[in-house]
Amino acid sequence: MIPAAFDYVRPQTLEEAAMALAEAGEDAKVLAGGQSLLPLLRLRLSYPSSLVDVGRLSELHGVRDEGDHVFIGAATTHYDVVHSPVVQAECPLVAMATATVADPQVRHRGTFGGSLAHADPAGDLPAVAVALDCAFVARSASGGEREIPASEFFVDYLEPALRADEILVGVKVPKLGPGWGYHYEKFHRTAQSWAIVGVAAAVRRSNGSIEEARIGLTNMGPTPVRASAVEEALRGTPITVPVPGGGNGGPDPIRDACGEAAAGTSPPADLHAQPDYRRHLARVLTHRAVLSAARA
Amino acid sequence: MTEVGRARRRKEDARLVTGRTRWTDNIQMPGMLYVAFLRSPMAHARITRVDTSAARGRPGVVAVYSGRDFAAEQGSLPCAWPVSEDVVIPDHPPMAVSEVRYVGEAVACVVATDRYKAADALDAIEVDYEPLPAVLDMREALTEDSPKVHESGNKAFTWTFSGGDIDAAFTGAPVVVEREYVQQRLIPTAMEPRAVVASTDGETFTIYSATQIPHVLRVMLAVTTGIPEHKLRVIAPDVGGGFGSKLQVTAEEVLTLLITRRLGKPVKWTESRSEGNLTVHHGRDQIQRISVAAERDGRLRGIKVDLLADMGAYLMLVTPGVPLLGAFMYNGIYKMDAYHFACTGVFTTKMPTDAYRGAGRPEATYALERVMDELAAELGMDPMEIRRRNWIRHEEFPYTTIAGLTYDSGNYEAATDRAMTLFGYDKLRAEQADRRERRDPVQLGIGISTYTEMCGLAPSRVLGSLAYGAGGWEHANVRMLPTGKVEVVTGSSPHGQGHVTAWSQIAADALGVPFEDVSVIHGDTAIATKGMDTYGSRSLVVGGMAVLQACEKVKEKARQVAAHMLEASADDVEFDQGSFRVRGTGAAKTIQEIAFAVFAAHDLPDGFEPRLDADATFDPENFSFPHGTHLCAIEVDTETGQSRIRSYVAVDDVGKVVNPLIVEGQVHGGLAQGIAQALYEEAVYDSEGNLLTTTMADYLIPSAADLPDFVTDRTETPATSNPLGVKGVGEAGTIASTPAVVNAIVDALRPHGVHDVRMPCTPERIWRTLQSVNGGAA
Repeated sequence: MIPAAFDYVRPQTLEEAAMALAEAGEDAKVLAGGQSLLPLLRLRLSYPSSLVDVGRLSELHGVRDEGDHVFIGAATTHYDVVHSPVVQAECPLVAMATATVADPQVRHRGTFGGSLAHADPAGDLPAVAVALDCAFVARSASGGEREIPASEFFVDYLEPALRADEILVGVKVPKLGPGWGYHYEKFHRTAQSWAIVGVAAAVRRSNGSIEEARIGLTNMGPTPVRASAVEEALRGTPITVPVPGGGNGGPDPIRDACGEAAAGTSPPADLHAQPDYRRHLARVLTHRAVLSAARA
Repeated sequence: MTEVGRARRRKEDARLVTGRTRWTDNIQMPGMLYVAFLRSPMAHARITRVDTSAARGRPGVVAVYSGRDFAAEQGSLPCAWPVSEDVVIPDHPPMAVSEVRYVGEAVACVVATDRYKAADALDAIEVDYEPLPAVLDMREALTEDSPKVHESGNKAFTWTFSGGDIDAAFTGAPVVVEREYVQQRLIPTAMEPRAVVASTDGETFTIYSATQIPHVLRVMLAVTTGIPEHKLRVIAPDVGGGFGSKLQVTAEEVLTLLITRRLGKPVKWTESRSEGNLTVHHGRDQIQRISVAAERDGRLRGIKVDLLADMGAYLMLVTPGVPLLGAFMYNGIYKMDAYHFACTGVFTTKMPTDAYRGAGRPEATYALERVMDELAAELGMDPMEIRRRNWIRHEEFPYTTIAGLTYDSGNYEAATDRAMTLFGYDKLRAEQADRRERRDPVQLGIGISTYTEMCGLAPSRVLGSLAYGAGGWEHANVRMLPTGKVEVVTGSSPHGQGHVTAWSQIAADALGVPFEDVSVIHGDTAIATKGMDTYGSRSLVVGGMAVLQACEKVKEKARQVAAHMLEASADDVEFDQGSFRVRGTGAAKTIQEIAFAVFAAHDLPDGFEPRLDADATFDPENFSFPHGTHLCAIEVDTETGQSRIRSYVAVDDVGKVVNPLIVEGQVHGGLAQGIAQALYEEAVYDSEGNLLTTTMADYLIPSAADLPDFVTDRTETPATSNPLGVKGVGEAGTIASTPAVVNAIVDALRPHGVHDVRMPCTPERIWRTLQSVNGGAA
């Protein structure tokens, strides 16, 4: 890797880190696991003046059960998130999606908060965050701590609602309680490549019907997208057992509801997929994700 | 127990996997400088101004050069294969002087005290370009009014070849099937990027390079730079893969050497992966029109091939020869009355193409095996049955094909029977029928590839007749050391194949010494002084034979000494497992004892030169023709276009096997690479000639997680063209697998009216193909 020159600081505490970031100015970047930032540096697509390394700050590490939500420290590695019993028990959708992030090497280095703060709509975690209405805890030297709801966190492509002097401390993942089924459906070409489209689905079932659904879409626009139209359409839909290999003829209300999955999205065009194909995939994959979640 | 045939673990690996390696980039020298290249952002442009003055003032910068600075001494990068009388070999300056013809072409460079400073200073070089039109599409390039890549036009050469009466074969043929296939452009992705280190003592030059061809490179660098060959040493240290991409004389090798000559300092260049995607020579990129004429019973009458081959902007080392290596293979394992091949090489403003694993044969095998399936579909026959009806039967070997090659041995029946059994062909066909019946959204396809290929490059006389610039021999030197250990010096230059292990096995058997007592030396023109290097699945069938022959010569010398020591006639001395015995007596001498006796030289036969070593240079009498049957089952999700290989069976016949473990590794790697062409890899240029696939996020290569568990097996029909009975294996898996995979995908979708999917068969492409045939109702 031959990046342009930059300064590097590794503060010992979160407070020092916040100070360092404030002092370093607009062109500084926060470095944690480096799995998103270092490729940008390598390609010289990013020229930060300095890097504030928060990867080893103990305040940013670990998973805590905090009653009505689970707190995941921003610098907790994907590997640690996937293997956390608290995450597995209380927010399985997070565990499912995190397990699909890139490859084992990246999951050992990359961090939960880093991936979210990178705000790449092709990343797997942003769609989960919006589906579950997570809250982002940010801290700065001047403003102290504040919470940003997931619905406001992803401003634009690679642009989180973090000010230049703010460090993401962690994410609060609400516990949804009993009755929910989950599934993360990821469509990609090779095991370690980005999702062409991903669907994060949480479904609350009651008496054979879908009572409530939460659906986030990966890579269907410049930010992660909440498939609100599908959520609405699914409310009260009976969960039918599909005929194996069938699905032709007969009413299929879940499939019909998922036909709305691409509504209001503006998916990107790239080498792996054009927008119309992504819209098609969003519909098919949302249907699959909802069925899997409903039957989980 | 003999060593040949044993699944020996590779001697190389403990060192390689524990990091005790010496890649070119690891080499450090006092006072070393680093070079970084500024590369053209334009596909085609005139260079009107290069201003290096600001860059010269940057920290750590020692020198900045543009093409003009080297114009008088850089020569032209060589093309060693002027295939035809009409071939146009344009001047190819290592650094562009007045015009750039592809994105990535070097236009200037910075030499600095470290590689970061060198890269930083590139920003300060100013280049003015006057844009010229890009030329990207081969067919458009051949039209009259197309912009020209070179003054001489866009046609590089034409080359035709015929066997039999093609008109008679097609006239009145009951069935003719014609198809067009596109071999997409590929980027060879060796694990180790290219790297070069050049140094000088003021009089002689040493160049280390991540190359497959240290010996060829030495000759070519001497010719290109004017540095006398005897003052130039080329070393290929550990080299991490090549697949043809390091069978090249590169601009960076020449320029690094020239910079060292100018500055008198050691200079290093190591490419980044993105730089490599732009400027490692690319592979494939052909449009193939293939027509097959047949009887109603499926018997082939003839095959016609019309090929367009994208050369890119220049002809590099063997660029125009790649399609020729396929020209003799479009008939494959089949008998027919006539064959006609025509090829046009076309210049475009893209990175030049050149050899990539298989080089010509994967393309030919793909088109042939695809069209055999199309013919079977046209005739309503099982695709395996049509192959059986046409292939050369075991008892017909040796067989001279319509393309004029003599296949020495083969047993297509045996390999196919074994593959069909392992695959469970009938059961999978039944499942396929069931899924079709149920209109399962996930359809099952079965793909067949019954391939052969020509490798073991090559008989020198044949290469000469094809206008290739060098021979096809290989060299070895074998020496017994005083303590009875053995050194084998090989002209083959390994970059991952396992030569050290295989050569040890051959020498151990031939000399009757332990496997552990053999060491193998390679890759340095000062030490392994003669060689033709490694490509074209040639190492074992040519280089391995040279090792064997050198061992035989050593053994014969030892026999003379043994006879003298045992006071017997040499004719009465038998050799068995390392000992020379007088027939009918117990008297014996081990080869180690003889080695010491020769070293001491106290009591040798009269006139015996006191040395127990020998050289051998082996020139093969024929190509090598491995073959096999590959079967692939693929599930295709018709809702998403996603495909998943469910099972893959490869039964290969590579003749006698020296090391089954190495063969297994070659087959696995080859399959991965062939499957990658079918499903994943494609170099994409945009409409202005910018390469879009410059990172591994865009240029996808599969990892183990994306590939199935391969079922591999072998049949063993020894080659009769060499005493070891061996055939090449390095490219077979790549050649065979691509059509097996695409045939399976098309087979899955044929009931939907699909008869082709362009490679790579991405989910989106499969989905769009279904959309187009279903009128949008996939």
